Amino acid sequence: MKIVVDWNRCTGLGICESLAPGVFEVDDAGDLVLLSETVSDDDLEGVRQAIEGCPTEALRLEP
Amino acid sequence: MSARRFVVVGASLAGLRAVEAARKSGFDGPITLIGAEPHLPYDRPPLSKAVLDGTDLPAFRGEEVLRDELGAELVLGTAATALDTAARTVRAGKREFGYDALVIATGAGARTLPGTEGLRGVHTLRTRDDAQAVRRALDAGARTVVVGAGFIGSEVASAARKRGLDVTIVEALPTPLVRAVGQTMGAACAALHARAGTDLRCGVGVAAVEGEGTVERVRLTDGTMLAADLVVAGIGAVPATGWLAGSGLPLDDGVVCDETLFTGAPGVYAAGDVARWHNPMFGRHMRLEHWTSAAEQGAVAARNALDPEAAKPYSTVPYFWSDWYGSRIQFVGVPATDEVRVVDGQPGGDHFVALYREGDRLAGALTLNGQTQIMKYRGLIMRGATWTEGLEFTGRRRAAAMERVRARP
Repeated sequence: MKIVVDWNRCTGLGICESLAPGVFEVDDAGDLVLLSETVSDDDLEGVRQAIEGCPTEALRLEP
Repeated sequence: MSARRFVVVGASLAGLRAVEAARKSGFDGPITLIGAEPHLPYDRPPLSKAVLDGTDLPAFRGEEVLRDELGAELVLGTAATALDTAARTVRAGKREFGYDALVIATGAGARTLPGTEGLRGVHTLRTRDDAQAVRRALDAGARTVVVGAGFIGSEVASAARKRGLDVTIVEALPTPLVRAVGQTMGAACAALHARAGTDLRCGVGVAAVEGEGTVERVRLTDGTMLAADLVVAGIGAVPATGWLAGSGLPLDDGVVCDETLFTGAPGVYAAGDVARWHNPMFGRHMRLEHWTSAAEQGAVAARNALDPEAAKPYSTVPYFWSDWYGSRIQFVGVPATDEVRVVDGQPGGDHFVALYREGDRLAGALTLNGQTQIMKYRGLIMRGATWTEGLEFTGRRRAAAMERVRARP
């Protein structure tokens, strides 16, 4: 599975980082950085929560 | 799964998430979504941010999605007026809705300024209609007075300044935001106003809002007169529990719930701004008015209501954010008062990080333009980090940053 970010929607609120810190990080400038685009099985649950928890609905998973 | 009819009262974020979670969990019975506002569910944080700047706000989901894909009967523009927990019915408008499982997500209503009913130009900012009215006034170049220097009021002031309009904030307390972030950091956040050209007046109340049909001025308790075309009251919100009077549900600044969001009445759970639940993360009851908890509680309440035998607790580190004058304020945890320590940047500057201690525990963190740090502290608090562990984390970050500076050619 691959994470796709809608960069027009993302404002770097960072909830994703707190739920899946191995995958998402907000940088010093406040922009989201994907630490890995593909999701390991270990990270999948956290990423699913991050998708649900994103206030701007900027995240989705693609096969 | 034993429930047959699922009713959700409150058609905002928590209510929508309740409907979505019910379907996601496999519930295939009838769902009714009852909302007081005529609008489809929409997002509220943008109302005091992007919407005031001129951005249009789409509904969360189209009507077809809600009706056809989610199979929800929409009863909008209809406030619920009574709950009978014995008969298991909700009254809304002229109809009565029977339920097996019920999620109460009626949110909170904005507190209004007494004596301003019917005076044009005086608004609260809670609904889509409110935001549009405030935006129109700002578009017209209104001289703006904001009552209350909380997050909503500060965001309104920020929107006014962005347009170059004169704006005054009147705050009754000597320091704003004390309940949200504590004394010292409340003052640090408030410093942003003066730097942006907003006239913040603390420790003074509103004596009267005056005008003939339309607001013309605000008279303060110290005798000052402020000319105004627009007055926005940002003086807090009250949980919408009026309709539950006589229902027998435990009400105390919200619907009181256990850690699974259960109200004590069979099949009845609560979520979002209206719910005061026991948060196991901090071992106490709390009622939050935050996006994240509303979304998550909506989903948890629905799953628990539909399958009470397997009910799971909802545990969270609260999170909220607010955008002022191009700066982002973020807070995680609880604003404990045992100790507040600024560990990066400085109050009064463009960036700071403050940590909150409760006993020997790291209980909260506040950042101004500290987007890369805030969620790392949320992670620490989620894991139950001690105060010492929080400070050690700060120390390691600082050391790594120094190392990067030193390594620069």
